[in-house]
Amino acid sequence: MKDLLAQFNKAFESKARLNIMSVLMVNDTQSFNALKELLGLTDGNLATHLRALEESGYILVQKQFIGRKPNTIYSATASGRQAFSDHLNALEEFIKNL
Amino acid sequence: MHESREHLQTLTEIRSLMERSAKFLSLSGLSGVSAGVIALAGAAVVYGRLQTDWFRLLNYNRLEPYDNSVHADITQFLVTVALVVLGAALLTGLYFTIRKARRQGHTVWNASSKRLLWAMTVPLATGGVFCLALLSYNLIWLAFPATLIFYGMALLNGSKYTLRDVESLAYCEIGLGLVSLFWPGYNLLAWTIGFGILHIVYGLAMYYKYERNTAHEGPAGSV
Repeated sequence: MKDLLAQFNKAFESKARLNIMSVLMVNDTQSFNALKELLGLTDGNLATHLRALEESGYILVQKQFIGRKPNTIYSATASGRQAFSDHLNALEEFIKNL
Repeated sequence: MHESREHLQTLTEIRSLMERSAKFLSLSGLSGVSAGVIALAGAAVVYGRLQTDWFRLLNYNRLEPYDNSVHADITQFLVTVALVVLGAALLTGLYFTIRKARRQGHTVWNASSKRLLWAMTVPLATGGVFCLALLSYNLIWLAFPATLIFYGMALLNGSKYTLRDVESLAYCEIGLGLVSLFWPGYNLLAWTIGFGILHIVYGLAMYYKYERNTAHEGPAGSV
């Protein structure tokens, strides 16, 4: 049991981060506003989680402008995808072994 | 035990988010039914005006004896009816889809609906221009199967971004269009089946599959 839990990724301890990664796994890019709407998080809360994921190197942040409005889009990096599937596999193993 | 339930719930939530963020799932079955009913009404108007034998209407040979001004007249009439049917079907379809999205607590204009719209617009616009070219060569009998085929292609392309079931409707439309290419005498019948009956059948099937149970509940809280 202890071995399996070791596979759980610390970066995904928060459910919000796991949810952000799930959205970015199936969408090439996603904007801040779309993420906010999908996950039902507040601006500050979402920004904090996104920064944490960026610092782990799991997501890529690109800032651009649409007209004068800033638009930030996010995408999953290769290591982020790897970490996410590892985490899911660990979850699956954990449930199977109960 | 408690922990396992929590993990299971996490997995369910991940799955729902992946679906919801990548696909537009608010498309209502009732949109299909209303589009179908309007198409049937359009077909009835065409039949009433041209007063010809139901099954063999718009046969290429039957139109031959008429001169060019009659051809132009009929073409203009048919295009007008088709455009009115298209506009009315889009409006009512939009209404039911917005209503379903509201009930689910989702928005209508989001990344996934834009993707769906774009995926369908390209084949539809191509088909539209193609049919205009056919009309300009007086090949109206070919334009009927062409609308079915291009519409089927648009659905096939769009099915990646919405309910998977749209794919089966797409195959039916394409198949019907191809078959009617070889039976030009039955154009109006094929058109009535493709845009009228198939839409109603598909719409009812979707409604009973996905919506019936939730139709009378209040707005469901977003997960």
